[in-house]
Amino acid sequence: MEVELSKEEEIERLVESLKDSKSSDWEFHDKYNPIYSTGKGLNKSVVEEISEIKKEPDWMRRMRLKALEIFQSKPMPTWGPDLSGIDWENTTYYNRPDERKSQNWDDVPDQIKDTFQKLGIPEMEQKYLAGSVAQYESEGVYHSLKKVWEDKGVVFMDLDSAVKNHPDLVKDYFCKAVPFTDNKFAALNGAVWSGGSFLYVPKGVHIDMPLQTYFRMNNESTGQFEHTIVVGDEGSKVHYIEGCTAPRWDKDSLHSAIVEIYAQRDSDVRYTSVQNWSKSVYNMPTKRAWVDERAKMEWVGGSLGSKITMIYPSSYLRGPYASTSNLNISLAGAGTVKDTGAKAIHMAPHTTSKIIAKSISIEDGKAIYRGLLRMNKGAVDSRSKVQCDALLINDDSQSLTFPHDEIYEPTATFSHEASVGKIGTEELTYLRSRGLSEDEASSMIVLGFLDDVMKEIPMEFAIEMNRLVKLEMNKLGAVG
Amino acid sequence: MVELKITNLRASVEGKEILKGVDFDVKGGEIHALMGPNGAGKSTLGNVLIGHPNYAIEGGSIMLDGNNLTEKTPEERARAGLFLAFQSPISIPGVKISSFLRTAYKQLHPEDKVTVTEFFNRVKEHLRFVGLDESFMSRSVNDGFSGGERKRFEILQMAILKPKIVVLDEIDSGLDVDALRLVAEEIIKYHNSEVGFLIITHYQRILRNIDPDFVHILMNGKIVRNGDKSLALKIEEEGYDWIKE
Ligand SMILES: Nc1ncnc2c1ncn2[C@@H]1O[C@H](COP(=O)(O)OP(=O)(O)OP(=O)(O)O)[C@@H](O)[C@H]1O
Ligand SMILES: [Mg+2]
Repeated sequence: MEVELSKEEEIERLVESLKDSKSSDWEFHDKYNPIYSTGKGLNKSVVEEISEIKKEPDWMRRMRLKALEIFQSKPMPTWGPDLSGIDWENTTYYNRPDERKSQNWDDVPDQIKDTFQKLGIPEMEQKYLAGSVAQYESEGVYHSLKKVWEDKGVVFMDLDSAVKNHPDLVKDYFCKAVPFTDNKFAALNGAVWSGGSFLYVPKGVHIDMPLQTYFRMNNESTGQFEHTIVVGDEGSKVHYIEGCTAPRWDKDSLHSAIVEIYAQRDSDVRYTSVQNWSKSVYNMPTKRAWVDERAKMEWVGGSLGSKITMIYPSSYLRGPYASTSNLNISLAGAGTVKDTGAKAIHMAPHTTSKIIAKSISIEDGKAIYRGLLRMNKGAVDSRSKVQCDALLINDDSQSLTFPHDEIYEPTATFSHEASVGKIGTEELTYLRSRGLSEDEASSMIVLGFLDDVMKEIPMEFAIEMNRLVKLEMNKLGAVG
Repeated sequence: MVELKITNLRASVEGKEILKGVDFDVKGGEIHALMGPNGAGKSTLGNVLIGHPNYAIEGGSIMLDGNNLTEKTPEERARAGLFLAFQSPISIPGVKISSFLRTAYKQLHPEDKVTVTEFFNRVKEHLRFVGLDESFMSRSVNDGFSGGERKRFEILQMAILKPKIVVLDEIDSGLDVDALRLVAEEIIKYHNSEVGFLIITHYQRILRNIDPDFVHILMNGKIVRNGDKSLALKIEEEGYDWIKE
């Protein structure tokens, strides 16, 4: 019980400190102009220009051009939300914020440093992280890794730097789990990718503190196309965290990332992402993990904001006893479509997957769960459990579930559970009759709905999520 | 001087008039009992007092210490000092009792700079008084509570949140003998000259432990009799039939 209390106190203290350090909200816009931009629109010369300015090896340039062809030939996906609003012509595909890539915050240009400071990044790095990368617009501007880990052979930096410094390592993994032929947005990323992180954890190395990348989009009508690769070599253990924010814009912007994770034999890899987009962002990343024998892959995602989000982190369970869990929280505010879910592909015997999706829809927000569970023939005694819970805040809030199962193995077992609840007048009135304002009452109910999964996410992010939910409920004003 | 003044209060639910002109005053230090047959409108009165949005006030007024609460939101009324122990408290999954009470207390008593630890010690102490285990601190509000546990928790909230006017809607229903005694003790302990009570009940039992100064009978949306505790005794023996509206 005493432990319980001191944790409460700790949370309270942290919430207070976050209030001070981030009181300005994340939706501020920096007056910072890129030093180099490819301008609006996309064609072969834009792609060549990106490769040129990055002084890339030839194999990368050729890969980009191939990806561009595929992008141009692939149709838009029509099975999901309406993407006709994406304005390809008016998007800027590459913005270079600065020449330098620093390993010391003091060397980062003041305005960019201020932004990350407002977001509390350097402070978090000191307190909780083994290493961090900060990306501004299209490029990583800062990276650091504590010396103990560097000495053990851990590599952690933005992918561009890794292409230069560790080309062979990168080549082994680049676009293997997610080939750019996968879908139109993966192809786009292949053509214009810039930034993202490269993390390699050598055999048997256990990193006890998380490593984090923070992405910041600043200019409107800009695309962000980072490509992240996490490799947990045999028997290693690592927790990688991503945070993304963007200011409030009037014009739409596009975020289309690739995340590839390689959880090799006996490794334990956790990937957490907390995304907090402005209401004008199309968020279309492709995230996939290869999970080998006895390895464990955990996806934890919190997704707030954006106009349309489509994310379905996938785990390919390739070796016996590989396991994956996928925990996703999404908040669909007014005017937002959250089309999220998970895929688990069981390719080997005794593999297990567990998917928990929690969604909250506010006003006319629409939260969709779209999942794929596949049990290949031969995935003997594999198991899967899928649970989807939806909370609707207003009368016009919506939630839909599209689970899709392909079971080719008779010994495999799986279960689906789904629930839809509505925030009720009785619950609100009960809390309000105890002095809580309507906003406080509804955010308390929403956070209560998330309670069983909040434990699963790192405390700093639970607090951040907490703050964001409250903020979202505040903006809403009257509920019910 | 604490004073709740209800004047000619009329209210409806879903277009149906339930309260048809209710008058009475509750002053600090006083204990009022409100009795009446099922469906008379007792719980409706409680809900109207706290500003439940499903109940529409059609006329009359609710004043607390000279402030007109008639048009106020539930939270404004709570902050003014009104508290209702619900007849059937609703469960709110995932909302931890500890953080719920802490948030509520901060709203109701912003002047009290009690630390988290002190505050939680207070809660633990009162959990003991009402016969609930300390582990309730980390449970969710009313979630999975038995009927009696819900009632005990309502009384705990009263003791912790320190309102000026306490409305208890059938706090005695569903309590075992020991729980009834604990709850009554907690009420008596909290009773002082700065707090007024309105105890809605069907039974004489609780009134044996807690001496009411006044007894009112509500029938068909109106107060039809006012008296002292002998009135409650008579109801227990003879029911409501003898009262002509
Ligand atoms: N939300 C509601 N919707 C419809 N009718 C309601 C609602 N709330 C109360 N009523 C009706 O109002 C009348 C008064 O109900 P109320 O709950 O106030 O009675 P009560 O005096 O508390 O009865 P009991 O002793 O059974 O608790 C009843 O006829 C009840 O059905
Ligand atoms: Mg009642």
